[in-house]
Amino acid sequence: MNCITCIDYIIVAVMIVSAILAVEWRDLLAAAVGMAAVSLFASILFLILQAPDVAMTEAAIGAALSGAIFIFAIKRTKRFETEEEERPGWWVRW
Amino acid sequence: MVSILKRGLAIITILIIGYWLAQALAGIPFGQDKMLVGQYYLDHVKQQTGAINAVTAVVVNYRGFDTLGEVTVLFIASTGVGALLWERKKRRTAKTEGSIVLTTGTRLLVPFVILFGAYIFIHGHLTPGGGFPGGATIATAFLLLYMAFTMYEIPHKAFEKTEGLVGMGYVIVGLIGLAIGGYFLFDWIWQTWGWGHENIGRLFSGGFIPIIYIIIGLKVGTELSGIIDNMLKEGVSE
Repeated sequence: MNCITCIDYIIVAVMIVSAILAVEWRDLLAAAVGMAAVSLFASILFLILQAPDVAMTEAAIGAALSGAIFIFAIKRTKRFETEEEERPGWWVRW
Repeated sequence: MVSILKRGLAIITILIIGYWLAQALAGIPFGQDKMLVGQYYLDHVKQQTGAINAVTAVVVNYRGFDTLGEVTVLFIASTGVGALLWERKKRRTAKTEGSIVLTTGTRLLVPFVILFGAYIFIHGHLTPGGGFPGGATIATAFLLLYMAFTMYEIPHKAFEKTEGLVGMGYVIVGLIGLAIGGYFLFDWIWQTWGWGHENIGRLFSGGFIPIIYIIIGLKVGTELSGIIDNMLKEGVSE
């Protein structure tokens, strides 16, 4: 099997896994890192798909700046999700 | 029981919507040349705008008004952060300096990161990149400074003045185009004055694309640095 093309699939799989982890983790700091990882792998994927413009913007804004801003916001609030916030949204409760 | 019913209903709704979206997307021929406008841009970009990077030519020249809107959106976002986190007195409250790796690495890297950001937006019409990635790269340099040193703050007066001036500059460039060529954001340097026709592919070409990208780069850099500054500082009570 040609492993230049299977790199794409590996990156997409890692992106999906880290996106699910970013939603599921109770530790918000780890969730922010997972979200930054999604952006980082997305920027590698953009580079492979020959869109270097988008790759640079995604790496700078998605991975570095928005991750840092999330971490600053977590520092000023709380680090862990608590149980009573884990209610379903209005679209389920209606 | 009821919640299971509701959840099942929600899942069925999502499946139906997903099926419709998949049906709609299946009808689009991906990877084929069905769009005429893309080929038009690729054929005419050199003689109409003077830029070899067709992406930035579309973003700044053909669709310059959209980019002005994008810059405005970023300005509103920065203003919103500043308004939400407003305090009468704000100060940095970090207590520990960064580790020696972070401080030394920051001292070494910051000039080069700023230089690279400036390179990205000055050469926007030649190489991949442009004002938005360049400005974001410059903002990451200030983020590094904020993380490494406890007392560092951006020069607020200079940054606010730069931001306002370059924001006005974009509109002024557009209005000069309106005065010379008859419509807003007309490329007067390339079309009317005809500068840089003989050195396409070098730095001094591309009409007003480098000017507007320098404006956008400075604006994005100062605004994102301002957002970082607002997020990091905490209000102190007297």
